Amino acid sequence: MAKQHKAVALISGGLDSMLAVRVLQEQGIEVEGINFYTGFCVEGHTHAIRNHDKDKKKRNNALWAAEQLGIKLHIVDVIEEYKDVLLNPKHGYGANMNPCLDCKIFMVSKAVQWVKENHKDGFDFIITGEVIGQRPMSQRKQTMPIVAHESGADDILLRPLCAKNLPATKPELEGWVDREKLYDFSGRNRKPQMALAKEFGFTDYASPAGGCCFLTDKNYSDKLVDLWKGRGSREYEMDDIMLLKVGRHLRPKPDYKLIVARDAGESKFLEGYRKQLPSIQVISHNGPLTLVDGTFGSDDYQTAAGIVARYGQGRDSDEVEATVTIPGQDVVTIKVKPLTSEQVLEDWHV
Amino acid sequence: MSEFELDARRMLCPMPVIKTQNKVKELQTGDILKVICTDPGALSDIPAWARINGHEFVGHEEQDDELIITVRVG
Repeated sequence: MAKQHKAVALISGGLDSMLAVRVLQEQGIEVEGINFYTGFCVEGHTHAIRNHDKDKKKRNNALWAAEQLGIKLHIVDVIEEYKDVLLNPKHGYGANMNPCLDCKIFMVSKAVQWVKENHKDGFDFIITGEVIGQRPMSQRKQTMPIVAHESGADDILLRPLCAKNLPATKPELEGWVDREKLYDFSGRNRKPQMALAKEFGFTDYASPAGGCCFLTDKNYSDKLVDLWKGRGSREYEMDDIMLLKVGRHLRPKPDYKLIVARDAGESKFLEGYRKQLPSIQVISHNGPLTLVDGTFGSDDYQTAAGIVARYGQGRDSDEVEATVTIPGQDVVTIKVKPLTSEQVLEDWHV
Repeated sequence: MSEFELDARRMLCPMPVIKTQNKVKELQTGDILKVICTDPGALSDIPAWARINGHEFVGHEEQDDELIITVRVG
């Protein structure tokens, strides 16, 4: 009996990777999915911290897509390894802090490693939902061969949605996959994908070509750059990148910044960090929990607590009472006058 | 058959799923894993992960602000 060749698919949870998998499944190819978690992935649950998002449908799109396709999905934590991709991108950044081309090369190289480890189980090649011209950085005619080459995948990387626009790969040349039944999509026009989705009966899918990475977001990138600048170092930990997604960030002094919860949901989330970071809480009125990141001394208490009070129900009072908690030290209670909106300088907002 | 517990408190999805996936690799078929989470999204994601990877989502309990999700290893 002829060997059954299997593919591993990079699954983002978007439409294109779903289509790529189904195209191969239509040819009788067994596919499993792989999804990489960099820490910067946009997921509904991060937004679900906020009160007004509590009723939103909570699902991980990659898991959801895998279930629709009837394939296994391996989610891989690449947070540590990804630091080098973000900090030292050989091909540079996109419009913000997004190292898209290096990111794609990294992910395909991890898939190559996975194929090697699982070759004994019949895995021989990799598929992606990439389409020529779809993305300005990583999915251009000039850059797609770079991804194949620098990842080490070379001719075992098949892009079923635009394969006919690219040189034939090993799965096509060896006859594992029928090239004639692959596609020649190109450009940013999504109509061919929509039509194919309809043909396959996909009606509910994540936003087409939706951004799946916080690093493409200007506000998030600005906060990340501010974090590095404030610390004088481009190092970061998982907690840092999570906290960039939560709260209102203000930097009244270069040495420290405040992370002010925007609602009760965020206050509850920030509670979990009170043993690690200094925190400020107005106790005479309802108000948001605020964390302090950086070098923070007693000289800063009045300004910091005054800002925090500005965002609580005591904002119009002459004076409020607040606690400042430094982990491992006694809680300090202070009285402070809330800053006015004019006193909270625009430049402080990160 | 043994019972195990995994602490995934304060982790946001997909981390509870990743931790569950990695823990299950160390377990035997029929073992029970109780995952303690605080992200409500885990209640959608861990059962989905279990279904597609051949494990059984047994059920969940809510205690204060925590979710205890039970999976039987397939």
